[in-house]
Amino acid sequence: MSIFEADFMRLAFATGAVVGILAPAVGFFLVQRRMSLIGDGIGHAAFAGVAAGYLFDVSPVGAALVAAVTAAVGVEWLRGRYGTAGDQALALIFYTGIAAGVVMVSAAGALNANLFAFLFGSILTVTRSDLALIATLGAVALALLALLYRPLVAVSLDAEGARVTGLPVTFLNVVLAALAGVTVAVSMRIVGILLIAALMVLPVISAGRWAGSIRSTVGLSMATGLASVLAGLTISYYGDLAPGGAIVLLAAAVTVVSVAAGAVRHR
Amino acid sequence: MPLAVELEHVSFAYPGGPPVLRDVNLEIATGEFVTVAGPNGGGKTTLLRILLGLERPQTGTALLFGQPAQAFANRYRIGYLAQRTVLGIDAPATVREVVSAGRVARRGLLRPFGHDDRKVVAAAIDRVGLADLAGRPIQRLSGGQQQRAYIAKALAGEPDLIVLDEPTAGVDADAQEAFAALLGQLHRELGATIVYVSHEFGAIERFVERVILVRGTIVYDGPPTGLPAPWHDPSHVHL
Repeated sequence: MSIFEADFMRLAFATGAVVGILAPAVGFFLVQRRMSLIGDGIGHAAFAGVAAGYLFDVSPVGAALVAAVTAAVGVEWLRGRYGTAGDQALALIFYTGIAAGVVMVSAAGALNANLFAFLFGSILTVTRSDLALIATLGAVALALLALLYRPLVAVSLDAEGARVTGLPVTFLNVVLAALAGVTVAVSMRIVGILLIAALMVLPVISAGRWAGSIRSTVGLSMATGLASVLAGLTISYYGDLAPGGAIVLLAAAVTVVSVAAGAVRHR
Repeated sequence: MPLAVELEHVSFAYPGGPPVLRDVNLEIATGEFVTVAGPNGGGKTTLLRILLGLERPQTGTALLFGQPAQAFANRYRIGYLAQRTVLGIDAPATVREVVSAGRVARRGLLRPFGHDDRKVVAAAIDRVGLADLAGRPIQRLSGGQQQRAYIAKALAGEPDLIVLDEPTAGVDADAQEAFAALLGQLHRELGATIVYVSHEFGAIERFVERVILVRGTIVYDGPPTGLPAPWHDPSHVHL
């Protein structure tokens, strides 16, 4: 059977396309602001959301969305208010998130294959309602990024300068954090909670080695993310592998080659 | 002349720390070009932050164009150049992209860039002599060229007040000289108020109308020619 004849693969590719484009677009601004690993932490909180979904019999994706956005905005608030000490508060939020997730999952008796699908992604579990939710959220997130592109660049280049000249830096930081939360929630079906941060970061690192401007770095990151997801899903289908691992290994390979090529070029 | 900056009986200390500034009185008229200098730890950066409304003084008042500095409504009228070492991102950013970022506050958060904005950005790049390098990543430029690009970024907002905080830290002497000359030229051509903060005078002393020496309070405020000889090196300011 051709890969495109299976309905679940068409759903996986459609969802993956949204994820592959959105994750590096949001990740670009996180990487520039030295917040590369925040997606990992938000993933921990999203896990608590998934677990709550199982325990209270509500949509795991919807519950993860609420948990991820709440955690991301909370983290940004702590960072802005407490600076370095906020870093310790982040650890508290993130590990509380994963601990609460484990407790709720075991209380719900859901330590099973379905849970693994959320942790590492699955090509079998994307439903039509998942796709509708993910496509809608992805389109809104990308539209917001396009609308706020120049202010976000200005803050990334010089946050204090942006604040002095009147840009609402705190508001933009909160919007970016919320977008990171949305990205984690919409990506977990395909890439998995534990691996989504990689798709937000690795394509940005590799694109930066080839591009000649901010705009081309963002564009190339999105293209790399999309290609990694589509190729990873294909490998996952034929190799019967968890898609999250295949996607991230491909993105990592591209990053290693790009960094090596960049080092050779600059010798 | 209306005042761009007005500090009246300003005192400040960070929480739990000793006083940084004591009873500072300062007026800078619109169109003036002044340098604020002093030894490291003398309080000039704190003075700058109060002046910009980023810190609230414990006593006294700080006004920007007649409004309380912290509540100043028209912040897009300020062009700000931070210390060179805190600027920049990892991704390659072209000169045009960096300079365009300086236009965003003037344009407004959600309004898309128009033809006029692009013209202003191009003019700012041209004014600092980087027109031929507008599409080049700023990371590939020399230190002096990068400083020119950052000045163009400040100019892109068409500011009435330009504030520069240690702008030439880490830049070689020739580039500092050229940078000071560029500021002098921009001041003559644009008529904007310029406040230049530095721990040393260097080449800028020849272009400013007034030097303000800060060491906990203002210890000298006048023309460069009136400075006592040892104080031309601000690190030698002792009371």
